[in-house]
This record gives sequence, C-alpha cells and structure tokens, in this order.
Amino acid sequence: MSAEATIDQETQNAIDVDRAKGDFHFPENHKFDAGVGLSTDTINYISDVKNDPDWVRAYRLKAYETFLSKPMPTNWATEDLNNIHFDEIRYYLADGQKPMRNWEDVPAEVLETFERLGVPEQERAFLAGVEAQYDSETAYSSVKEELEKDGVIFVNSTEGLKEHEEIFRPWFGKVIPTGDNKFSALNSAVFSGGSFIYIPKGLKVKHPLQAYFRINSENFGQFERTLIIADEGAEVMYMEGCTAPKFESTTLHSAVVELVAMKGAKIQYVTVQNWSSNVFNLVTKRGLAHEDAEVRWIDCNIGSRLTMKYPGVVMKGERARGEVISIALANDGQHQDTGAKMIHAANNTTSNVVSKSISVGEGRATYRGQVLIPKHLKGCKNNTECDALMINSNSKTDTYPAITVRGNQHVTQHEASVSQVSQEMLFYMQQRGISEAAAMSLAVNGFINDLVSEFPMEYSVELKRLIELEMEGSVG
Amino acid sequence: MSLVIKDLHANVEDTPILKGVNLEIPKGEVHAIMGPNGSGKSTLSKVIAGHDDYEITSGSVSLDGQDILDLDVDERSRAGIFLAFQYPAEVPGVSNANFIRAALQARLPKGEEIDAVAYYKDLYSKMDVLEMNRKFTARAVNEGFSGGEKKRNEILQMMMLDPQYCILDETDSGLDIDALKIVAKGVNAMRSPDRGILMITHYQRLLDYIEPDYVHVMADGQIVKTGGKELALELEESGYDFLKDGGLVNA
Repeated sequence: MSAEATIDQETQNAIDVDRAKGDFHFPENHKFDAGVGLSTDTINYISDVKNDPDWVRAYRLKAYETFLSKPMPTNWATEDLNNIHFDEIRYYLADGQKPMRNWEDVPAEVLETFERLGVPEQERAFLAGVEAQYDSETAYSSVKEELEKDGVIFVNSTEGLKEHEEIFRPWFGKVIPTGDNKFSALNSAVFSGGSFIYIPKGLKVKHPLQAYFRINSENFGQFERTLIIADEGAEVMYMEGCTAPKFESTTLHSAVVELVAMKGAKIQYVTVQNWSSNVFNLVTKRGLAHEDAEVRWIDCNIGSRLTMKYPGVVMKGERARGEVISIALANDGQHQDTGAKMIHAANNTTSNVVSKSISVGEGRATYRGQVLIPKHLKGCKNNTECDALMINSNSKTDTYPAITVRGNQHVTQHEASVSQVSQEMLFYMQQRGISEAAAMSLAVNGFINDLVSEFPMEYSVELKRLIELEMEGSVG
Repeated sequence: MSLVIKDLHANVEDTPILKGVNLEIPKGEVHAIMGPNGSGKSTLSKVIAGHDDYEITSGSVSLDGQDILDLDVDERSRAGIFLAFQYPAEVPGVSNANFIRAALQARLPKGEEIDAVAYYKDLYSKMDVLEMNRKFTARAVNEGFSGGEKKRNEILQMMMLDPQYCILDETDSGLDIDALKIVAKGVNAMRSPDRGILMITHYQRLLDYIEPDYVHVMADGQIVKTGGKELALELEESGYDFLKDGGLVNA
C-alpha cells in the first residue's frame, strides 16, 4: 500500500510491536479444507463436513445467491473493498475435532497458540466461560459448572443449531436478515464457529463469558456466527478478542453477531479488535431489545487494514435502551470505518452513542451513524457524541451522522468535535520531562479515558498498553 | 554551578527577539527579570526550555558547564530545568496525579517503578503547603482551572520534580493577594543553595514576597540594567521611562 511506503522502517517496526504477541503461526494441519474460491460446491462441502440439518443447508445456499446478487457497497464505502478477491480465499479449514471441554485435550499447537495469547490464564482469573476458535471451528469451549446447572448454554453455533434448535432457530437470522448487506449474506452462506449463548430467565451471570477468535492460516476467511439470547430479566456480559499473524496476503474476517434481550434483560458485548494489518474486518452486529431491556456494545478497534462495523440496537419494546460506546485507533495504513445504528421502534426508548476516534499518520477514521425515530412514536431520546483526535496533519477523519427524527415528541442531541494534540500541549508535557512518545500516549489515553473505564478492568489495562505501544511507533 | 546564558540571539519567523542576552544564575541565588511588554522576557524562558518556535542564531545556554541547546525539550527538563508557564496548557482526560507521576517516572531508569504510597505521601504534603484540596489530584491537568489554580499547580509540579533551575514566567499574573502569598510560600520553600531561581515578572509586588538577590531589566531583547532588589522599587516608582532616555549602559 502506498501509505506504508511513506513511513520509515523504525516507525513501521514500532507500530508492529503490539502485534508481536499475535504474530506467529503454526504449519497448517487441516483434515477438512474447502479449497480456494466460493461456489455451491464449497457450501455443500461445508454442510457435508458439518453434517448440517437440511434447513441449514437450504439457508446457506439461498444466502449464497443473495451474496452473489448484492453489489459491493463501494457507492458509499471505500474502494479498498475491491481488493478482496473472493475467488482467492479459503472458506473452511478445520481438523474435524469437536470442541474440547479441557485444555489438555486441545491439540498441542492450538493449546500453545491460546496460551501465548493468555486465554487459559484469563479464564482462570476472571471468566465464567470461554470459547476459543482456531480458523473455522471452535477448539475449546467450556463454561463453569454451576452456570451449566443453572441452565446456561454456551456452545458453538454448530452445536447450538443442532442440539438447541428449539431456542436457536426462532431467532437465528431474525435480527440480521441474510440480505442485510453483502457480507452478512456471505457469512450466512459459509458460517462456522462463533458462539450460541442462552441465559435463562432471571439469571444474572456475574463474570463475563469470553470468545477468542484466532486466524492461523493464510488466504483464509473466518466467518463466525454468534447468537446470544438473554431471557426475561437475565444479564450477561460477553467479551471477544481476536488476533491473526501478519501474512503478505489479505485475510477476511466477516462475522455476524445477533443479540436478543428479552423483557428486562441486559446484554453487554465487549470487543477488543486487534487484527493484524492485512485483515479486512467486515462485521455485522445488531441487538434486539424488548420491553425494558438493554443492549450495550462496547467496541474497540485497534487493528485490521479495514474495519467496517456499525453495531446496532433495535429497540422494539417500550423503555428499551441501546448504547454503543466505541473507540477506534487508525494508524498508518489503516482505515477504521465504524459507527452505530439506533432504530427506535417503541415509545420511550433511549439510545446513546459515544464514539471516539484517533487517527495517526496516514490513518483514517470514519464515523457513520444512523438514528431512526419514526413519526408515530413518542418520548424517544437519542444522544450522539463523536469526537475525533488527529495526530499529525496527514490524518483523515470523516463523520457521517444521519439522525432521522420524525414527530416532535422526542429529544435528540448531537455533538461532534475534532481536536489535535496541539504543539503547546506537547511542549508543556515535554517540559516536564516526558518524552514525545509518552506525551502523545498520555494525550491519547486522556482523550479516551472516560470510555476506557467502560471496559472491564482486565481489558482496560490491556487497552491502555496497546495504545501506548501504538503511540510509541507514531512519533519519529 | 550555574545556568549561564551567553550572547543569546533568537528569532521567531526571522524577526529577532533576543539580541544578545547575557545572564548567569548561580545555584543558591534568586534572580528577577523585569521589563516592559515585548522586551523578550517570556521568549527567553521558552528558548531556555527549548520551544521550537524559536530559532537560535547564536550564543549558548549551559547548565553547570554542559551546553543544552542540542537537547530536546524533555531532555532539558530531566537535566534540571523547570519552567512554570504563564499560560499552562490543558491536558484533557489526564489527571494531575497521573501527570506528575508520569513526569517523575520519566526520570527513573527503565524498569524501575514509582512507589505509589511514597508518591502520594509526598504529593499530599506538598499540596498542603500550597493549601490545595485533595480532590485536585483527580482533576484533569489545568482543565477548567481558575488562573490561580493553574499557577498553584505549576508550583506544585515544580516542588514535585525538584529541579536544579526554576524559571517562573509571570507566575504572579492573574493572582489575587491571598493566592500570591500561597504561591510565594511554595517558591520560598524551594529556595536552596542547590537551586537557582529566575523569576520573570511585570510587577514589583511579587518581589515583596519572594525577595530576589538580583534584579535585571530587559529591554528590546537585551539585559540593560542589573541591580539589587532596590532596583525593583525604583522601577515601581519611576517606570521604564528611563529606557527611552538612552542614558543606560548594558549590564
């Protein structure tokens, strides 16, 4: 990419530092490989290997047609999408093992991968359950015994659709229909892995459940599919993390995540996305909030070449609440195209969007927001704040907020700001003995400080560290 | 052991501002620079600190014998120079406690960490001298601070960083008499045989509370007169009109 050519090697090395942790891979050892390219044969191969029920196979094949019929959204999105070559991607790679319940049973190199990423350690420290996906399938899946006894289901999507069809099927593809966009259609055609979670009525899960998505193979597309259902009055926090080694070729990650919060339920979905800089991260995420329910997306995008992600909440029941808290850091060679979608579909519903983006060097951050409040409703509220921080004059930031409010019985508020780390601020900090890089990192951490506190403690520490490392690389 | 400025010339966008400044601040002494607006007082402080808006065309600044003009701003700070700003910058979202801690941390060898308990103990005791509320530690650096709070915060940072040479740029401006007394208490507590202090001020008032050993008058980019503390009183009485008479020789 041209952007990369403009920064010197030292800077480039420093930028890559934070991915050193995830930048390793093992030789491939896949029993099942759907080959390169996409056709109905690919889809039938996946369905055969996974032993899909007929309805799932039919669903996939129909989705494939939808995928083909939809144009690439370059009429509004970046032309860089044209650099995704669907016929060069491998869509399914797996070793044919079922997810293991114990780390000891996980294949040695997969175990080593997740150990290096610190997943088992975090599980012991503070998680109620973990799912670890390696390429197309889940390698490890475990939930604390007492939660299982309480009726919590935490399995991968394959197991969800087969073993829990009665809960899974009524909601699958209902929050995000296949044809929502080209990439949701692609995911619906070739999905594998991802989580299915069900939290029974009234159960408040104290510790977070976590999924970790790992890409090990080159020229590969990961298409996990997640469906989380919190029954009436239930509460759950789900966290996802992701890394991939840095390959020369591009890698595609295209997930679909659907959340269903029944009456009075509360779902918080936390993402720390740190893909390597060759990954196209094109993800569709949406939650459905019933009466008095709350869906919160807490989203941080640091990695990837291009991320397009606009988590949404459809507030279907009265007094439902939706929230998106998002942080994006676009360094050289990166484009973070993120935002939020708030669809008010009942009276007295409330939504809140707080987005902060940081563009460094040639990095580009785009905010796209959509808030819809139809005319027949009353008492709806939306608050949207988007703040951008630019570090050096090459940075680019754009904001496209679309707030459609019909009727006059609503309250909406929109604030946007663009700021720079000023020379005077840097001089002041440096005069106190703080190096330019450390000053930059302090300024950036200060800018997002109020949002970082929304992340669980273990993640916020990691987040601050990642940003420090990114900033070290951003100053000459 | 002193901060020595020799024949310093500096431009901003090709306009000469400093036109041959000579000044020596030995450790243990307090010097004051007075002078009319636009005489180059604040520029001198920024040039010493290393602000890159200024181009140094000739001369030198040395710290205990070491030339510092090639050092970066942060290196000069760690070498022992502290500048209390006339208009301190805001650092949104960064708490005072974290900011000062980062500055102290920057002075430690790699891998060494500040002892948090000792740090807060020290911070609180210095805040007590300056009569600052404990809540101050959690507020973002200078954000929403009143003029007096900003100046007190500068002195607090100075006390915490324990520099060898302090430059106070119009620290008295915008302070009411009570705040001025408190700030002066902080500065006086910093007076030491191991530290040199340079105060830049418009008004003699500050010098009632922080008594200087020497007073210099700056005009048109040069030090034009040097005397004892009584010089400040003379200036207070007769103003800078004498400068126009041309009857002065360079100090």
